[in-house]
Amino acid sequence: MIDLAFLIPLFPLAGFLLLFFFGRRLGEPVAGWVATFFCGFSFVTTALVFIGLAGEPSSERFHVQKLFTWISVGSFEVDFGLLVDPLSITMCLFITGVGSLIHMYSIGYMHGDPNFSKFFVYLNLFVASMIFLVLSDNLLLTFLGWEGVGACSYLLISFWFDDAANATAGKKAFVTNRIGDVGFMLGTFLLFTSLSSINYEDILTRSDELTPQVASIVAVLFLLGAAGKSAQLPLYVWLPDAMAGPTPVSALIHAATMVTSGVFLLTRLNPVLAQAETWTGGVIAWIGALTALFAATVAVAQTDIKKVLAYSTVSQLGYMFLAIGVGAYVPAIFHMITHAFFKALLFLGSGSVIHGLNGEQDMRRMGGLQKYMPVTAFTFIVGWLAIAGVPPFSGFWSKDEILLYTWDADIAGGKALWVVGIVTALLTAFYMTRQVILTFFGETRYFQPTNEEIQQAWANRVDSVRSDAAGHQEAFAKLEAATEKALADVAKREAAVAKSSEDLISAELAVASASESDDGYEKLTKALDKATKAGPKAETALSKAQEKVEAARDAQRESEEELISVQAQILEVENLANRVEVSNAPVTAGSAGPDISEIEDYLPESYTDRQDSEPHESPATMTVPLIVLAALAAVAGLLNLPFAKSTHFLEHWLEPSLFGNEHHLSSSGATKWGLAIFAIACAATAIFAAFSVYRNNRVDPSKIELDGMANAWWVDQSYADFFGGPGRALFNLFAWFDRTIVDGAVMGFSKGFSWFGRSMKLLQPGLVRSYALGIAVGSILIMSWFIGRIY
Amino acid sequence: MLAQTTSESAGIVPSVDWALLAPLVILAVGGILLITISSIFPRLRFGGFPAGFTILTAVIAGGSLTRVWNDVSENGPAWVVANALGIDFYTLFVWGTICLAVFFCAAFLDGYLRREAFDGPEWYVLLLMSASGGMILAASQDLILTFVGLEILSIAVYVLAGLHLRRSDSQEAAFKYFILGALSSALFLYGIALVYGATGTTLLPGVAVVRTDNPAGLNPLEDSSMILVGMALLMIGFGFKVSAAPFHFWTPDVYEGAPSPIVAFMASGVKVAGFAGMIRVFWQGFGFYVADWKPIVSVLAIASLIVGSLLALAQTNVKRMLAYSSITHAGFMLVAVHGVPYEGGFRTTAEESLGAQALLFYFLAYTLMVAGTFGVASIVSGNGDAATSLDDYRGLAKTSPVLAGLMAIFLFAQAGIPFTVGFWAKFRVIVSAVQTESYILAGIAMLAAVVAAVLYLRIVVSMFLTDSVPAVALAVDDDDLPEANEEVQAERAEVGTLGPIVIPRAGLAAVVIAAVATIVFGLLPGLGSGVLSDAADALIALRISS
Repeated sequence: MIDLAFLIPLFPLAGFLLLFFFGRRLGEPVAGWVATFFCGFSFVTTALVFIGLAGEPSSERFHVQKLFTWISVGSFEVDFGLLVDPLSITMCLFITGVGSLIHMYSIGYMHGDPNFSKFFVYLNLFVASMIFLVLSDNLLLTFLGWEGVGACSYLLISFWFDDAANATAGKKAFVTNRIGDVGFMLGTFLLFTSLSSINYEDILTRSDELTPQVASIVAVLFLLGAAGKSAQLPLYVWLPDAMAGPTPVSALIHAATMVTSGVFLLTRLNPVLAQAETWTGGVIAWIGALTALFAATVAVAQTDIKKVLAYSTVSQLGYMFLAIGVGAYVPAIFHMITHAFFKALLFLGSGSVIHGLNGEQDMRRMGGLQKYMPVTAFTFIVGWLAIAGVPPFSGFWSKDEILLYTWDADIAGGKALWVVGIVTALLTAFYMTRQVILTFFGETRYFQPTNEEIQQAWANRVDSVRSDAAGHQEAFAKLEAATEKALADVAKREAAVAKSSEDLISAELAVASASESDDGYEKLTKALDKATKAGPKAETALSKAQEKVEAARDAQRESEEELISVQAQILEVENLANRVEVSNAPVTAGSAGPDISEIEDYLPESYTDRQDSEPHESPATMTVPLIVLAALAAVAGLLNLPFAKSTHFLEHWLEPSLFGNEHHLSSSGATKWGLAIFAIACAATAIFAAFSVYRNNRVDPSKIELDGMANAWWVDQSYADFFGGPGRALFNLFAWFDRTIVDGAVMGFSKGFSWFGRSMKLLQPGLVRSYALGIAVGSILIMSWFIGRIY
Repeated sequence: MLAQTTSESAGIVPSVDWALLAPLVILAVGGILLITISSIFPRLRFGGFPAGFTILTAVIAGGSLTRVWNDVSENGPAWVVANALGIDFYTLFVWGTICLAVFFCAAFLDGYLRREAFDGPEWYVLLLMSASGGMILAASQDLILTFVGLEILSIAVYVLAGLHLRRSDSQEAAFKYFILGALSSALFLYGIALVYGATGTTLLPGVAVVRTDNPAGLNPLEDSSMILVGMALLMIGFGFKVSAAPFHFWTPDVYEGAPSPIVAFMASGVKVAGFAGMIRVFWQGFGFYVADWKPIVSVLAIASLIVGSLLALAQTNVKRMLAYSSITHAGFMLVAVHGVPYEGGFRTTAEESLGAQALLFYFLAYTLMVAGTFGVASIVSGNGDAATSLDDYRGLAKTSPVLAGLMAIFLFAQAGIPFTVGFWAKFRVIVSAVQTESYILAGIAMLAAVVAAVLYLRIVVSMFLTDSVPAVALAVDDDDLPEANEEVQAERAEVGTLGPIVIPRAGLAAVVIAAVATIVFGLLPGLGSGVLSDAADALIALRISS
C-alpha cells in the first residue's frame, strides 16, 4: 500500500487542474465539493499508506519512491521522488485531514463570493504544494513545495485584493518570506558542496561527514528559512497581517499547516542539527522561547478576534521551536498536531462568529454570542480548554511534554527557558479566557454602534445644528436689510419735512410781499394754504417712518439674540463632539455600550440596519468541521500519553525518522508529576485571573492591556520607520548606483555592441566572391595553425 | 580488429545487416517510393498525400529506431557494410533527431506549399534524400562514405533552397549556397586525400590505429604533416556545413532567401548531421590528435559566439536574425564538442564527459526550438514568403495571439530562459566547459547568451508591445520613391501580407508539439536521461575502442 504514496499529491493536483480549467463552469457549490473530495481522496490514500507503513517493522519504515529523474547534469542528479517515512506520513495525515475539513467549511464560508471557484483552485494547489513539501525526498523538491505554499499564501492573503490593505498584507508576507528563503537556499547549496547530494537519504545517513562547524552554519541557515515560514522573531511580522485573508485560509495555511513547515524542516534535518555544535540548539530554543513570550504578551491586548489567534499561533510555534532547540522532536511534532487541531478549530470558530455577525471582527462588539451560536460557542470552548492547557484536553499533554523536556534540557540556561515557557503558558490561558469571555459571555454588544458610527453620528448632529444656524443667519440678514431700508425711508421723510417748511416760508414771504389787488394774490394764498397743510402731513409721515424703524430694529435685535444662542449651541455641540473620544478602553463582559442618548437620532444607516439582524448560527458545512475538530482537539492527547512507555505511541511511531537524536529524559517521576501539577495550577490561576478581570470586573483591564502590548511592542512600527527612513536613503543610494553605474555600463556595452555589429555588417556585402574570400582567409588561418603544429 | 577489418573490406560484396540499417533504408526507399507513386498517380501530387507520406516515413523510421536500439543494447554496437557504418547508441540518437527534423519540416511544408501554390512531391523527396544523407554522415566510419553522405545531404538542400521559383531571393540563395558549398566540398575532399595518403586508409578506426600502433609516433610517412593538413581541411569542410565562423558567410543570405520550412530543416537536421559527422571523424579518427584540433575548435567556438551574437544586433529581418542566432548556437555546440575530450583525450566513462551529454542534449533541444521558430516564421511570412522583417511581426500578439505565444516560447527557449529546454541545453554546455576547466570559453558562452537574448527579446517586444505598422509606413520603409510606394502598397494589399494570417492545421499541430516538448523538457530536464547517457557513453566509446 506504500506504493500508493504518489497518489497523495496527485489528487489535489488533479483537483487543481480540473478546477483551474472548469472551475467557473462548475460554479458554486459544485467546485467546492470537487475540491473537498479531491482533498478527501488524498486523505484516504494517506491513511492507506499509513496502515501499510504501520504494518512494517519499525526499522524498515523508510521508503524512497522515485517517480522519475528530474534533473541530471553531471554529478548533480535530482529525482522527483517521495520519501515515505513516519514523519512525512504524520504530516500528510493532518495536512489532508484538517485540509479536507477546512475545504468543506469553506463551502459555507465563501458562499456568495464572486470568485468562489478560484478560492478552491488556490486551496487545492496549496494542499498539493504542502504535500510535496513534506513528502519530498530531496531539498529541491521540498523547496518547490516551500515556494508553492508561499505563492498560494500570497494569493490567498490578498484574495480580496480590491482592498489595498489586503494586497499589501499579501506582499508583506511574500517579501518577508524571501528573506527566510535565502537561508533555505544557502543551506541547500552548502549541504550540496559538503555532501555532493541534496537527497534526504544521503543527508540523513551521511550527516556525520559534516564538520560541526559546517553543520552549525547549515543549521543556522535553515533556521533562518524556518523562522521566515514559521513566523519567528524577528521575521514574524507578516503573520498577523496575513489575517487579511479569508478565515479558512488563516486556519489552514496560517495556523495548521504552512506555518509549521519550518518546524517540519528542522525536524527532518535532525541528524544535521545533532551534528552541529551545541550552541545552535540554544539559539533555536531561545528564539522559540522569546517568540512564544513576546507573542503571548501581544495577544493579551488585541481586540481583533483573529489577531488574538494570529499572535497565539506565533506564540505556539515558538513552543515548537523551543522543543526542537532542546532536542524534543517528538513533543514538537506532538504539539504541531494538537495545535493543528485546536488552532484550526479556534480559527474556524472565529470565522463562524465573523460569518454570523456579517463581517464583524472586533471582540469589543461581540459578547453573549453563546445564546445565538451554541455549536460555535461549545466547540470554541473546547478549543479554548485545549490551548489553555486544561487536562484532559489535547493541548495540555503536548505543552506539558515540551515544558518537561525544557526543564530536563542540558543546554545553557535551560531552567530560564522553562520559566519563559511557563510564563507563556500562563499568558496563553489568560488571553484565551479573555477571548472566550469577550466573545461568548456577558453583555451582548453586537448591536452597539462602532466608534466610526458614533463619530459619524456626532458629525451628523453638528451638521444639522449648523444648517439650523444657517437659516437663522439668513433671517437675520433679511431683517438687517429691512432696518436699513426703513432708515433710508426716514431720511427721505425728513427731507420732505424740511422741504415743506421751506415751501411754507417762501409762500409766506410771497404772500407778504404781494398786495391783495394783485391778480395772483388769490393764487398765492391758495399756495400758502397748501404749504401750511403739507407741513403737518410730512411730519406725520416722518413719525410713522420713525416708528417703522423702531419696529425693524426690534425685530433685528430679537433675531440677533436668536442667532447668538444658535451659535452658542453650535459651539456647545462641537465641543461635545470633540470631547467624544474614540473609546479604546478595554472592554469586559459587563461593559455597557457607549452612551448614545445624545446622538440616537443621528446614527448612520449601518447602525439602524444592524438592529434588525440577529447573529445566526452557521450552516452545517461549517459546523460539522467544527464538531469534528473539537472532538479531535479534545482527545488528541491520546497520541502520546506520558503515563507509561507503552502509551508513547507517537514517540515509537516517529522513532525511525529521528535517528536516535531525540533527547532522553533523565527527570524522575516525581519531577514529572510536580511539573505537570505546577502547569495545571498556572493554567487554573490564569483562567481564574481572567475571569475576575473580564467577568467580574475586579481589576481594571486597562492596567493589564498596556499600550505596548496593543502595538506589538512597536516592532513592526520600527521596521517601517527604519525602512522608510535610513533604510530608504540606503536603498536610494543603491538605486542611484544601479541607475548610473550599472545601467550606464550596460547601456555603454549595448551601444558598443550595436556599433560593432553594424561595422561588422560591412563584411557581409552579399557577394559570393567576398564570402569565398572570407572562407579562404579562415582556411589559411586554420591551415597555418595545423602546419605550425607540425614543427 | 583492424586486420580483420581490412581483410573483410577486401571482399567483393560486403554482407549487409539490413535490419540495423532500417531507419536509413526506410527514409531513402520512402523517398524513391514517393516519387514513383506520384508519377504513376499524378493526382496524388496535390493535397496532403506527399506530406502525409513523408511524415509517415519519418515516423516509421523513428519507430524502427527503437527496434535497432534494442538490438544494439542486446548485441552491442555493430560495424556494418564493411565497417563503413557504425551503428551504436550515438548514431541512433542522431538518427532520431534527424527523423524529428524531417517530421517538422514536412509538417510545415504542407501548409506552405498550398499557400504558395506549389504542387509536387519533389520537395518531400529531396527532403527525405537529404535526411538519409545526413544519417549516412552521422554513422559513417569511412571518410569516403562520409563525403558521400555529406554530398547527398548538401546537394538536396541546395536544390531545396532554390525551389521557390517565383522568388529571386530563393534562387540567389541556392546559387550562393551551391558555389560556396562546392568550394568547401573540394577542400573537404582534398583533406580526405591527404589523410589517406598519410595513413593508407580511409576507415576512421584504421586512421586511429595507424597512429596508436606506432608508439614511436611514426606513420607510414614518418611524420604527421600530411595528416595535420588533412585534418585542417576536414575541419574547414565541417565548419562550413555547421556554419561556424569564419565559414558562416553564406548563412544569413541563404536563410533569408530559402523557403522558411526548408530553413527549419537546414537549421536543425543539416546542422545536427554536420556536427554528428564532425565529432565522429575527429573523435573516432583523430582522437590521438586532440591536442592539435581542440584549440581550433575553441577558436571556432569563440568566433561563432561573438559573430553570431553581435551581428544579430544589427539586423532588421527576422530570418536573418535567426540565421545569426543559428551561428551562435553553432558556437555553443562547438563548446560542447570542445568539452567531449578530456585533457589528453582519454577517459573511461561518459559520467565524466559532460561535453558528450551536453552536445547530444543540444542536438535535441536545438531541433525542437529552431524547428518551432521557423515553423511559426513560415506561417507568419504570409503569401509569397515575404513578410519576414521585424516590422511584420509587430502587433502579432493582437492579430494572432496563439502564434505570438508559441513564438515567444521558442524565442525564450533559444534565449535560454529557465523552464524551457533551451536553458538546460545552454546550462549543460557551460557546465561541460567548466568541467574541462575552459573557463574563458564558459565565460564567453555566458556573455554571448546574454547578448543573444537581446535579439530574441527584440522579436518578442515587437510582437507583444507594439501595434502593427500601417501599410503606408511599411511602404515608405521599403522604398523612398513615391510611385514605388504606391506600387508596393498595392502589391501588399493584393498579396495580403498584412491580411489575416492563415494558420495551416498540420503546421500548427507540429509547432504545438515542439512547444509542448520545449516546456516539458524544460520542466523535467531529466526525462530520458538514460537514453541520453547511453548515447553519450557510445560517443565516448568511439575513441576508447580504437
